[in-house]
Amino acid sequence: MKYVDDFRGSRACLAMARRINAAAGDREYRIMEVCGTHTAAIRRFGIPSMLSGGIRLISGPGCPVCVTSDAYLRNAFRMAAQKNVTIATYPDMLRVPAGGESLQDLRARGADIRPVNSALEVLEIAGKLKDRMVVFLAVGFETTAPATGILAQRARQERIRNLKIYSAHKTIPAALLNLGKDKTLCLDGFLLPGHVSVVIGVHGYRQVMRSLRLPGVVTGFEPLDILSAIAAIVDAANHHKTILENGYGRVVREGGNVKARSLLREVFVSKDSLWRGLGLIPNSGLFLRKPYDSLDARRAFGLKEEGGRDARNGCLCAGVLTGKIEPSACRHFGRQCTPRKPLGPCMVSREGTCRAFFETS
Amino acid sequence: MTEYISLSHGSGGALTQKLIREIFAAAFDNAYLRKLDDASVVTLARGRYAMTTDSFVVDPIVFPGGDIGKLAVCGTVNDLASCAAEPGYLSASFVIEEGLSLDVLKSVVSSMAREARHQHVPIVTGDTKVVPRGKADKLFINTTGIGLVHKSLEAKMIRPGDRILINGPMAQHGLSVLAARQGFESEEALKSDCKSLWAIVKLLLQEHVDVRFMRDPTRGGVSAAANEIAQSSGFSLALIENKIPITASCKSFCEILGLEPLDIANEGKMLFIIGEKDALRALRILKAVPSCRRASVIGEVLPERRAKVYLKTVAGGSRVLGMPVTEALPRIC
Repeated sequence: MKYVDDFRGSRACLAMARRINAAAGDREYRIMEVCGTHTAAIRRFGIPSMLSGGIRLISGPGCPVCVTSDAYLRNAFRMAAQKNVTIATYPDMLRVPAGGESLQDLRARGADIRPVNSALEVLEIAGKLKDRMVVFLAVGFETTAPATGILAQRARQERIRNLKIYSAHKTIPAALLNLGKDKTLCLDGFLLPGHVSVVIGVHGYRQVMRSLRLPGVVTGFEPLDILSAIAAIVDAANHHKTILENGYGRVVREGGNVKARSLLREVFVSKDSLWRGLGLIPNSGLFLRKPYDSLDARRAFGLKEEGGRDARNGCLCAGVLTGKIEPSACRHFGRQCTPRKPLGPCMVSREGTCRAFFETS
Repeated sequence: MTEYISLSHGSGGALTQKLIREIFAAAFDNAYLRKLDDASVVTLARGRYAMTTDSFVVDPIVFPGGDIGKLAVCGTVNDLASCAAEPGYLSASFVIEEGLSLDVLKSVVSSMAREARHQHVPIVTGDTKVVPRGKADKLFINTTGIGLVHKSLEAKMIRPGDRILINGPMAQHGLSVLAARQGFESEEALKSDCKSLWAIVKLLLQEHVDVRFMRDPTRGGVSAAANEIAQSSGFSLALIENKIPITASCKSFCEILGLEPLDIANEGKMLFIIGEKDALRALRILKAVPSCRRASVIGEVLPERRAKVYLKTVAGGSRVLGMPVTEALPRIC
């Protein structure tokens, strides 16, 4: 627990918070985190309570299930409803609602839906259910995409015919570009996601951050990591400096994980992708490239284009995901929409902004 | 040859009789059961009684530190203890899946008998049903308990300034069941805290400690129990994360799996609300008990009437500790 306790002690954390508050003075700073684990850690450790009111920590689109579009889910529901289809996906996906339904509801009515904690478990499921088509709903950022890559490789090598992959993998730098350019957000900097950075490295952000001219710090998940990153961003903003720092050097390397990156290049191709709340972001989605596209559920099931609008139920996910409103500004928050019965995806996962707010305030 | 439970064991015929006599009545043996009547007649002294019932469906039925039998006794005894009631009599009802090995049943029943004897509480009546394979999972047990109330406790007795105590490290039960279910190897380090608590409750009452209220933090863990106390008293509570004991292995396990230990079930812990002046004396009494060496004062009742629970975090910040909203680990008890 050394790497945990060293970065969690109240003396060091409070000293860092005092430093930030002194440097910040009366100015307002708008700092966005784009990682659900950061959102959860910030709330869990009570970091906002340690900082002066001028420092606004804004939660961006960091939770994979939160940014998955309604259209993708509706396609998933359609596949799940077929008689000989088994759906495998990460547990949080089961509870994400679209059009008043969720995979969990379909399962209660008899659909075969299996939660998995690792993409490779899907191989076992497909091996056991030879007479059924197993579809893996592959969601997540650069963190979970390599595991899907390995699954695709193994499925091809082992000539597994009853396994398809429906990829909704997304890449973070493309979203950063989109958010950083949004003038209504007036961001002063980004806390860059530690887990994604393990894969893409600090290098993965260089181009985007250069064009945005905003400070960004690769940040770990302990309170002292987060506070140190905030301190660096406040300093940089005060001096009008653009910085790209690695504040999570004990885990993240400049070039990231070379093997995982080359795997992503081999298996996936970047195309435009629909994000809930953010709309279509150019080159932000990872889709199976040749020859792995024979595994693509889009092709096997003739899935329609994922267009169309999200959430017409009054859920303000879009504003929450882009950090324009706090969850409490949504009239459904804590009333019709609770973690037990989420109306929108941000209330589903522990990493979702609405759920993190609901549980800690 | 291994023997298994068959549907005939639940038929009410000869095999049922054999099962009851040889396994249940033999293990739980007492004057009430020996009669094998339809109901047991008991005598109760004058006073107020607490009565509680609980069904146990834990999966797996055997886990490090206990099994479903021990749990079925401790769970009900602890529910009585949290009302300051001395467990007097228990009932035990079994729903058994066809195909359960008789040896497993015997071992569960004997651990149940051991715990009941240890707590001096007779199991005076019971029932057995067998359901076809697949219609239940191995073994479900229901226990009901009745006990004489030694001190009337109510949430409205809670006052601002009262201290909140816990009798040892949290989250052990939930994590041990999870580890056993997933087949993790560090099982020894993650032992369930499954334990009957009447003995320590009695100790505090005998020493005339100013106990205002008690709640055992089972499902939903310390978070749920603290929120229930806040809601039923109307006062807000302040807890200090650093003061809430947790073992190093539980802490690491939670970190690795991203679990919140405050939300995880306990089966041998009690949250005591104690009058401010008596808090340190209560702590000394608890600490003198070997199983409660890590007892701790973990917070206090605030004057504010908002029924919230605030947590001062390890990092020095503060936040609201909400009621856990979803079942992170189903079938934990």
